[in-house]
Amino acid sequence: MAERSFKKEVEHLRMPAGGTFSGEGILAITKALLENGVGYVGGYQGSPISHLMDVLSDAQELLEELGVHFESSASEAAAAAMLAASVHYPIRGAVTFKSTVGTNVASDALANLASGGVKGGALVIVGEDYGEGSSIMQERSHAFAMKSQIWLLDPRPNLPSIVKAVGDGFRLSETSNTPVMLQLRIRSCHLRGSFTAGENLRPAMTVRDALENPTRDVERIVLPPSSYLHEREKVAKRLPAAREFIAGEGLNEFFGNDAGKVGIVAQGGMYNGVVRALQRLGLAETDGRTDIPLYVMNVTYPLVEDEVLAFTAGKEAVLIVEEGHPDYIEQGIRAILHKAGRTVPVEGKGEGRFPEAGELTGEAMRDAVSGFMRDHAAELLPAVGRAPNSPPVLRDDRLEGNVPPRPPGFCVGCPERPIFAATKLVQRELGEHHIAGDIGCHLFSINAPFNIGATTMGYGLGPASNSAFNAKGAEKRSIAFIGDGGFWHNGLASSIGNAVYNDNDGVIVIVDNYYSSATGGQDLPSSRVEKSNRNTGNPIKKAVEGVGAKWVRQIDRTYDVGRMRDTLREALTTKETGPKIIVASSECMLNRRRREKPAEAKAVAEGRRIQRTRFGVDEDVCTGDHACIRLSGCPSLSLKKLDDPLRDDPVAAIDSDCVGCGNCGEVADAAVLCPSFYQADLVRNPGRAETILSRLRGLAIRFLQRRRESRLLSFDAEAAS
Amino acid sequence: MTAEGRPGPAAEGADNSSAILKLAIMAVGGQGGGVLSNWVADLAELGGHDAQVTYVAGVAQRTGATIYYVEMAPKSGNGAVFALSPTPGDVDVLIASELMEAGRAVQRGFVTPDRTTLIASSHRILAVSEKQVPGDGRGDGEEVREALSAGAKELLCFDMDRLARESGSVISSSLFGGLARSGALPFPVELYEEVVRASGRGAEASLRAFRAALNHKEEDSPPAPRKTEIRARGPRRLLAAWAGLEARLEALPEEARTMARAGLRKVVDYQDPAYGAEYLDRVERALLADDPSKGHVLTIAAAKHVANAMCYDDIIRVADLKTRSGRDARLRREQQIPPGGVVRVTEYFHPRAEELISILPAWIGRRVDGGGVAGKVLGRLAGGGRRLRSDRLGGFLTLWLLGGLRPVRRRLTRHAVEAAHVERLMDTALTAAGTDYELGVEVFECQRLIKGYSDTHARGLSKFDAVLSGLDLVKARGDASDWLRRLRQAALRDEDGAALKGALETIKSFADED
Repeated sequence: MAERSFKKEVEHLRMPAGGTFSGEGILAITKALLENGVGYVGGYQGSPISHLMDVLSDAQELLEELGVHFESSASEAAAAAMLAASVHYPIRGAVTFKSTVGTNVASDALANLASGGVKGGALVIVGEDYGEGSSIMQERSHAFAMKSQIWLLDPRPNLPSIVKAVGDGFRLSETSNTPVMLQLRIRSCHLRGSFTAGENLRPAMTVRDALENPTRDVERIVLPPSSYLHEREKVAKRLPAAREFIAGEGLNEFFGNDAGKVGIVAQGGMYNGVVRALQRLGLAETDGRTDIPLYVMNVTYPLVEDEVLAFTAGKEAVLIVEEGHPDYIEQGIRAILHKAGRTVPVEGKGEGRFPEAGELTGEAMRDAVSGFMRDHAAELLPAVGRAPNSPPVLRDDRLEGNVPPRPPGFCVGCPERPIFAATKLVQRELGEHHIAGDIGCHLFSINAPFNIGATTMGYGLGPASNSAFNAKGAEKRSIAFIGDGGFWHNGLASSIGNAVYNDNDGVIVIVDNYYSSATGGQDLPSSRVEKSNRNTGNPIKKAVEGVGAKWVRQIDRTYDVGRMRDTLREALTTKETGPKIIVASSECMLNRRRREKPAEAKAVAEGRRIQRTRFGVDEDVCTGDHACIRLSGCPSLSLKKLDDPLRDDPVAAIDSDCVGCGNCGEVADAAVLCPSFYQADLVRNPGRAETILSRLRGLAIRFLQRRRESRLLSFDAEAAS
Repeated sequence: MTAEGRPGPAAEGADNSSAILKLAIMAVGGQGGGVLSNWVADLAELGGHDAQVTYVAGVAQRTGATIYYVEMAPKSGNGAVFALSPTPGDVDVLIASELMEAGRAVQRGFVTPDRTTLIASSHRILAVSEKQVPGDGRGDGEEVREALSAGAKELLCFDMDRLARESGSVISSSLFGGLARSGALPFPVELYEEVVRASGRGAEASLRAFRAALNHKEEDSPPAPRKTEIRARGPRRLLAAWAGLEARLEALPEEARTMARAGLRKVVDYQDPAYGAEYLDRVERALLADDPSKGHVLTIAAAKHVANAMCYDDIIRVADLKTRSGRDARLRREQQIPPGGVVRVTEYFHPRAEELISILPAWIGRRVDGGGVAGKVLGRLAGGGRRLRSDRLGGFLTLWLLGGLRPVRRRLTRHAVEAAHVERLMDTALTAAGTDYELGVEVFECQRLIKGYSDTHARGLSKFDAVLSGLDLVKARGDASDWLRRLRQAALRDEDGAALKGALETIKSFADED
């Protein structure tokens, strides 16, 4: 069950032609796929396109009606390989994943696909996880497009342009027998806007038609001698065909006054940023109209030489707006101009213009565009636009010293928290270890308060990244964490199988929280949910035993910190060789609460007995050392300052967001911290007997309390008021 | 203050994007920033504007700082071209769902005094970096609030989280109310309400929270916790003893009386009036060594820290506190248990052999203390984690009986150890004060390092010893008290004492040079 449900929104996908479709970028793309007669769709979740997978998943019914096959691929490689359906058959197919990490994983299939070429339109929708809010290494998908010769679309960031790009992409792909990559930046995926809907189309040929009427063309198979032919065909046939289509159909756009003496070349995705800079300089209207010539490349690969030469002709200077490093487009344009013997000054990345690396923020954009205009066309700028910089903004020391960093962390009640608390405890006993992280929520262990994990080498590769640390007879073992998402993505073979085969003595903790949680709670082969169209409920333990692991421990309640710690200790000290694998299973609390909350509300309403568990801290027992917080970091476990002149330090306090996971109490117990924690189970709709018993107990307890309190001096404010 | 060059807004007339209203929301993941940004866009569209929302849906959902961005402009033929992310110096309205996030917005330049209306909830969600410090690592909210006033054109800052919770809703609703209240957008309140009403489930509660923020008056803020007159209660004999102690309190200089009263109350509550008398003896001893011209700072420090040292945390104390009627009342209030509601309470204990030894009579305790067989047996007896159901008679009785050991506490092993500690604290502080008044005060303050139970307590004690070990190195210096304070602050900064170790090294290095 995904974190966000689009059940309501997907109904809009049925909108007939002419209607105004409002929604987020991901919904627009889904609608565009249907309008373009897509035959099959696949992909792997990951920000920023996780929700695209969720939308598709929620739209299953409509997809089936239209004869469109959809599946949640096991990995980006599986998704890309799926496009093989468009090699011999005129079926349009689309897959989606995050980039560049997903593209890295997919690149084997993508390269094979691009070599043989496609008959049906093949669209790879990549969510470019770059810039602010990104969670991955900062690279460009552009390189993949160039190396495998896949055309790269980078449409202007508004819904009509994005929707148009989907259709353009399919046609471009079919015309040039080449797969096409449609790049969407982080913010475009969730951009809210509207566009005019078209009619949904059934695919001209469905996957079923193809399956029942198989064909093959041996020339499309990547095997010598065809593979040599493919390379030549790419250059001699597919590239010219693509350029002709791009220019002929006007996929790239020109704005402004053609006669202007300076021009700006920009990636489509950068268009709004460029316009904003021009608006702020008084050079573009609110609606984007401008006299400055703009060449907006909605197709960033391949470059269309004729367009570049035509645009730059007669210009006194050209500015290239390109995000990310290396500056492939700038290099390409410079090469085109150089070969044509042109001498027009070209500016892009470098001193005084755009930063060599990093996101082109509004600030960077305005600096570069205003600098360019000042240097080459100052007379166009209004007086203020010519002023170099505005007065400096003062930095406020009152903020510097007080505003804390706030990196993402584990949610309230997260079942992964106790795993890392246990790891911290076991390291206190056995010393620090080399610990490898993987991709997923569990990577938040890197931050305070756990500070656990040294590297992250890729999805499912945590344990594999400890391969070298296999020194027989060493006094310590490596530890690796891997999530259930990474495990099924490729960890079973690359990490577990690898460790078994190479007899790696390290400890591997598989964090099994029933979902691919970091990407939004999508289901996995080991998810516990029953699904009619997916095969779930496949235990991870069985899988690792299947690849030959011998020392395997299953923990069904990660909140048992003591057991978790003891199991880790055993794994780190046992004499057995080979990988020591701990499968630590407890359901993602976000998902669990989403499931349980409505059920609980229903039970309360129906008068059924139900317990609500929360934890609390006795403020007069807590001494304010915060050792519990250093083993938790739970958002719900915070501090409060007591109104007591004798106490300098704030005490721990648990707020009402507590879901009663038990980590606080378990940690206090396992780490022998303090007795301040208590668990309070409120019984809703208790039975008669229970109520009476509770009352009797209360009476007896109050009797004892009164007896003592009447014999002692007391200052209890509670009792006094 | 340092200056940082930053391109600001172009002057009036030149900036053609000024027809576009730019609004950013800084939130903590999980607070409903998405809902709020969509409401703002709905509102804009309802009010005849084009609007665009962008956000980053990555790991920022998981309790990290996150930002949503909305641009809007009156509908026009071609539609406006909107930017996808906010630019420093170019934001009209900023909504922050937490105080420090508002501070972060100012730091990032998304709030500027020339144009930004800042709507911020004044409540705090502490970051892990603030919470994990063994001492008090919280950022200073007052300072940040001052910076917000200085940084924004208009500031609307009150506890919108509380208003939302009181209305049974979440903060997005009250922030939306704050936005309506600010008048920063060109839409009437009715339109806001229409948007909230259309949001479906929970709309009624959302409306309540919306209106609570819209109509909030500063004087509606909860009054500062009332100072209740805490009176002693108990049998006549003990009250008479208490009256005697209070008379001694009155004889103390006025400056020291408040602290001494709090200390005395704590000590008597912890043990008995006789223990209170012992406490006052110590305070009076400090007073004798005090210098009245310095405002009795030494006596105040003694009153505070001696009380804390005398009320060491032992099993008896914990059991006593957990079986009081006041605890029941607090638990039911904090856990929002309805009147007459059935609640099951489980206490998490982990007694070690040491804790059992500590409640043995001192003469026995001294013998087992070395560990050995007896220690092991006791360890087995303690038996690791214990979960006690204190709402049941059996569990309650166990605690109640333990708490009942209070009268014999002073004959137990732990007391002997702690009493020696208090004496050492007194002696060290007063000796130091004899030559360096401030140094004496600082020695008392070091008691703050000792807190917690079990390992935490042991670690605190070793930090205390480590800091005092620095005393000999610095006591001859004129700035000895500054150094001791620095050592103590270093000790409170992290758990394993790395900062303290570094500070001690520094002291040793210059002590060697001298």
